[in-house]
Amino acid sequence: MAAAESYPDDLLYNEEHDWARIEGDEALLGITWHAADALGELVHYEPPAVGATISKDESYGEIESVKAVSDLISPLSGEVLEVNDIVVGTPETVNLDPYGNGWLVRIRLSDPSEKDVLLDLADYRKVLDEQ
Amino acid sequence: MSGAADRPLTTDESDAMPLIFEKSRAGRRGLAIPNPGLPVPAVPAHLARKSAPRLPELAEPEVVRHFTKLSTRNFGIDSGFYPLGSCTMKYNPRVNERLVGLPGFRDIHPLAEDESVQGALELEWNLQEILRAVTGLDAVSLQPAAGSQGELTGLLVMKAYFESKGEGAQRRKIVIPDTAHGTNPASVAMTGFELTPVKTDARGNIDIEDLRGKVDENTAGLMLTNPSTLGLFDENISEIREIFRAVGALMYYDGANLNAVVGISRPGDMGFDVVHINLHKTFSQPHGGGGPGGGPIAVRDILEPFLPAPTVVRDGEAFRLEHDRPQSIGRVRGYSGPFGVFVRSYAFMRAWGPALREMSEVAVLNANYMRVRLQGAYDLPYDRLCMHEFVLSARNLKKEYGITATDVAKRLMDFGYHPPTVYFPLVVPEALMIEPTESEAKETLDAFCDVMLEIAREAADDPEVLKTAPHFRPVTRLDEVRAAKEPIVRFGFGS
Amino acid sequence: MSFLSLTDADREAMLAAIGVSSIAELFRDIPADVRYAGPLDVLPALSEAELTRHMEELAAKNVVDEVTFLGAGVYDHYVSAVVDSVLQRGEFLTAYTPYQPEMSQGVLQAIFEYQTVICELTGMDVSNASGYDGQTVAADACFVARAATGRSKIVVTEATNPQVRETLVTYARGFGMEVVVVPHEGGVTDPARVREAAEDAAIVIFQQPNFFGCLEAAPDLAAAAKDAGALACAHVDLISLGVLEAPGNYGCDLAIGEGQSAGNYVSYGGPHYGFLAASSEHIRRLPGRIVGQTVDQTGKRGFVLTLQTREQHIRREKATSNITTNQTLLALAGLVHLSLLGPQGLRETGEACMALAGYAKEQLAARGIEPLFPEQTTFKEFAVKLGRDARDAVRSARATGLNPGLPLGRVYPGYDDALLIAVTEKRTVADIDRLVEVLAA
Repeated sequence: MAAAESYPDDLLYNEEHDWARIEGDEALLGITWHAADALGELVHYEPPAVGATISKDESYGEIESVKAVSDLISPLSGEVLEVNDIVVGTPETVNLDPYGNGWLVRIRLSDPSEKDVLLDLADYRKVLDEQ
Repeated sequence: MSGAADRPLTTDESDAMPLIFEKSRAGRRGLAIPNPGLPVPAVPAHLARKSAPRLPELAEPEVVRHFTKLSTRNFGIDSGFYPLGSCTMKYNPRVNERLVGLPGFRDIHPLAEDESVQGALELEWNLQEILRAVTGLDAVSLQPAAGSQGELTGLLVMKAYFESKGEGAQRRKIVIPDTAHGTNPASVAMTGFELTPVKTDARGNIDIEDLRGKVDENTAGLMLTNPSTLGLFDENISEIREIFRAVGALMYYDGANLNAVVGISRPGDMGFDVVHINLHKTFSQPHGGGGPGGGPIAVRDILEPFLPAPTVVRDGEAFRLEHDRPQSIGRVRGYSGPFGVFVRSYAFMRAWGPALREMSEVAVLNANYMRVRLQGAYDLPYDRLCMHEFVLSARNLKKEYGITATDVAKRLMDFGYHPPTVYFPLVVPEALMIEPTESEAKETLDAFCDVMLEIAREAADDPEVLKTAPHFRPVTRLDEVRAAKEPIVRFGFGS
Repeated sequence: MSFLSLTDADREAMLAAIGVSSIAELFRDIPADVRYAGPLDVLPALSEAELTRHMEELAAKNVVDEVTFLGAGVYDHYVSAVVDSVLQRGEFLTAYTPYQPEMSQGVLQAIFEYQTVICELTGMDVSNASGYDGQTVAADACFVARAATGRSKIVVTEATNPQVRETLVTYARGFGMEVVVVPHEGGVTDPARVREAAEDAAIVIFQQPNFFGCLEAAPDLAAAAKDAGALACAHVDLISLGVLEAPGNYGCDLAIGEGQSAGNYVSYGGPHYGFLAASSEHIRRLPGRIVGQTVDQTGKRGFVLTLQTREQHIRREKATSNITTNQTLLALAGLVHLSLLGPQGLRETGEACMALAGYAKEQLAARGIEPLFPEQTTFKEFAVKLGRDARDAVRSARATGLNPGLPLGRVYPGYDDALLIAVTEKRTVADIDRLVEVLAA
C-alpha cells in the first residue's frame, strides 16, 4: 500500500521531484511522493557506485516501474557515501515511505552553497500546482 | 527429469497449461534421426558436452497437441478483428503461404552462385521496382530485417553521405517529433547521432516555430512518420521540407504508416531522401507473434552509393548481386535480406497491382468511419480527418468514472476483439489508437463500434465489470510487477 | 479485389456518415503539391491462379534439384513436417507482438519455452525472444559489452563467419567502437594472440565450431577474454550443442548464433532467427523482448513481456537496442524442432553429421584430396585443398547435379584452391561417394 500524499517542510526540493535532507556536510537524497506516484510501483533501482561523484542537476541513477523509467536528477553535488540497500532489494519501499526508509543515497556535499538555489516546500508546491 | 515435483509454483494447478518440459518423460522420441552406420569421430574431452541439455522428451503426437493447444490460447488476425494502431494488422493472404513454400524458393542457398538463383534475384529486383514506384525514390536496399533496422541503415547511409562531403563531424543532430515511435530515438543513439526533440502543435502537426529554432547547419536530418502516430498527415510538410533543404540537411521517412498513402502521396515527392518500408505492415507479411518483418529502404540518387552491400542489379536479362560497392556502409545483416518475407510481400503487391491505391483509400475510409462513430463517447484530442488510424483518449472515462484505457482494452477482449494500441503516442493521455486496415467489412467495424459505445456506457453503469476484465480469457490480468521484480525467464526444472 | 469487403453501398453510407462527398475528400489534408496524380507504375494485378503460375515460373528459374554440400553458415538440415504444420496455425502466424498478455498466452508461453531451450543448450541464464539473425546478434552482443565494460574495442577472430565480421564493422561505426580481427593459424585461433588483442577490449567474439568447421580451444579463448577484463562471447551452432560443450560451461558471458540450422529452411538466407543468451548479470542490458513468468489475479501461472523498460518504446534513446519486430515465428520453428529432437535426437543429429563428415574427409583423402587444416578436429564442415581453382570445380560439379560446397577463396582471399564442404544428417554415404567421384575426377 503506497503512502498518502505528503511533502515534509524540512526538506529541500528540485523541479524534477527529487528531495534533499541536509545534515551538516552530508545529505540524504530521494524522490518525492509525487514522483513515486507518477511512476507507480517501483520494481528496480539502479544506484550509483559508492565513492562516485555526482553533480547537481545531473542524473546519478535510475528508478523504474513496469511501464516507465526515470532518471534521478541530483539536487546537490558531492561524493556518494552510501547507497540504500533496502531500496535496491525492495524498490517499492520508495512508494511506501518516500522520505524515510525510501531514501536513495547519502552523499558528502562538495559545494554546500548549492542548497541556496533549491526549492523550499512553498516553492515546490507551486511546481506541483503547475502540473 | 520432470513430473509434478518439478513444477514451478502456481496456486491453481488444475487449470494451468503445462509447459512442454512438464510433459516430458525420459526416453520418449519425437523424431527419428538417420543413422549412417559409420564410426563417430571423437571430440576432444575438454570440448565435449558433459551433461545433456534438458530438452523436452515427447513423442510426435504430444508435440503437435502441445503447440496446437498453445495456439488456441493466442489470437491472430485469422481469429478476429485486430485494430492495433500503428501495427497495420491486415489480412495475410493464404496463397502467399503456399508460394513461400515452393521448393524453388524454400530450398535455395543464399551463397549459391547467382546464375542458379535467377528467379530469386528477379523477384527481388521486381520488388525493388515496386518499392521505387511507391516511394518515388531512386534506389532500394532490401537488406534490413525490420523497420528499426531500416532506420539504423538509413541513418548510417546519411552519416556516410555527410562524411563523404567532409561534414561528418559537423552534422550531428537528428530532429524527431515527440509523437515518434521509440525506435527513432533508439536508432539515433545506436548510430552515434544526437537527438533533437521537436514539439507537436494543437492540430497534431510538427510545431513549425519550435522546429525553426532547432534546425541549423549542424543538423543531419529529420526523422518523421507521416502520417504521424496520431494518424494525421502533416499539413506543413512542404514548409518542413524547405526548412531542412535550406540548411543542407536530409529527411528520413519512417514508413510505419505507409498504408495510408500508397499511390496517393509518395515520400519522395514530400521531400524525403530516405524511406524505410515495413513489409510486415503495409505489404502483409504475417507478423508471426512478433516477427519476422522486412524493412527495405529506398533512397534518393545522391545516397545510392552508400546503400548496404550486396544490392541486386540487372544486366540485360540477367540479375546478380553486386558486392563491389566501395562507398557502401557495408552489410547490416546476413545475405541479401529476409527472402521469404520478400516472396510474400511481392505476391501481395502483385495481387493488387496498381489498385494498391484503393487499398490505402479503403484503409483511410474505414478509419474515418470508426472515428466519427466513436467520437463523443471517447475524447478525440485532434478533431480532424484522420488517415489510416486515429487516436482516442479515455481521459473522459478516467475523470468521471475512474476507468482507464487499460480497462477499456481488457473489456474489449470479453467481446472477442483484440484491443487497440494503448498509451501510445505518449502525447495523448489514456490513448486508444485504432487502426482498422482495409481488410474489414463494414459489419465488423459497426459491431466493434457498438461494443466500444457499450463499454463507454458500462463505465458509467457498471465500472466494476471493466476493472475486472477480461473475464473469458485463459488468464485474468497478470501481475507484471511481480514478473519484473523477480524475473523468472526460463523454466527451473524444479531447482 | 478479393481482399476487400466494402460494397459500393457500404462506401456511400460510410462517406455520408463521415460527412464527405468522396474518397478524394478524405485526403484533403495532404497538400496538393505532394499528392500523387498518376496511376501507380507497378506491375499489373494478377488473379490468384495467375499469381501462382507467375511465382511457380520464378521458382523454376532457381536450381534446387541437386545434392548439396554447401553450408558456410546456412545448413540443409531436415525440417520436420510438424514444424510446417505448427507455423501455419493462424493464431501464431497472424498474431502481433504479445503486448496484451491475456490475448497472447500461447505465443508468450512458446517464447518462454524457447528461452528455456536456448538457455539449456548454451548453458546460460537468460535468453531474449530472438534477434534478426546470426549476424546482427553479434552486434547486439557488442552493445551489451560496451554498456557492461565501458570499453569500446571489439575483438573478433578471423575464423568467425565473414558476414558476422562485416556486420560488426558496419554497426561499430554507429556504436563508436573499433573492430580488431585476430588471424587464425592453421585453421584455429591462438589463445595467446586473443589475450594480447583483448587488452582494453569490451568483448571477444569467436565461433565454435569456427567458419572452417574446426574446433577452437574454446575454453582457452574464453579465459583469454576474461583475463583481459573483456566479455567472452561464443558464436555457436545449436545443432552442435548435443555433442559440444555449452559456452556457459566454459566461462562465456554471452552465447549467440544463427538458429537456422535448428528448424528453419535455407530460404535464400532468411527469414531465420538469431539467438542471444547471457549470464544473469547482463539481464538488464539485453536487447529485445524477454518473456517472464508471473501469476494472474487468481494466482494462476501466466506469462508476460517483462523488463520492458530496457526497450525502445519506454527507454527510447537510452534503450538497450532499437529492435522491436524480431523473429518470433522462426524461433517458434526452432522450439518445435528442438522439442521433437529432444536431447537424444540432438546428440544423434550431431553425431550423424560428424560421422558422415568424417567419412567424406577420409574418402577424399584416399583420393588425394587432403584437408586444408589437417591438424584440426572438425564437426560437420571442413575445408579441403583441391589443387585447382575451387570455383571451376564447383561449376563442373554442379553440371552433374551436385553442389560440392563453397569456394573458400570467395570469402578468404588466398584460398582459391580450397573448398568448404558441409555434411548434414540428410546426406547419405551414396551422396558422399558421388561427391568424392566428382571432385576427384
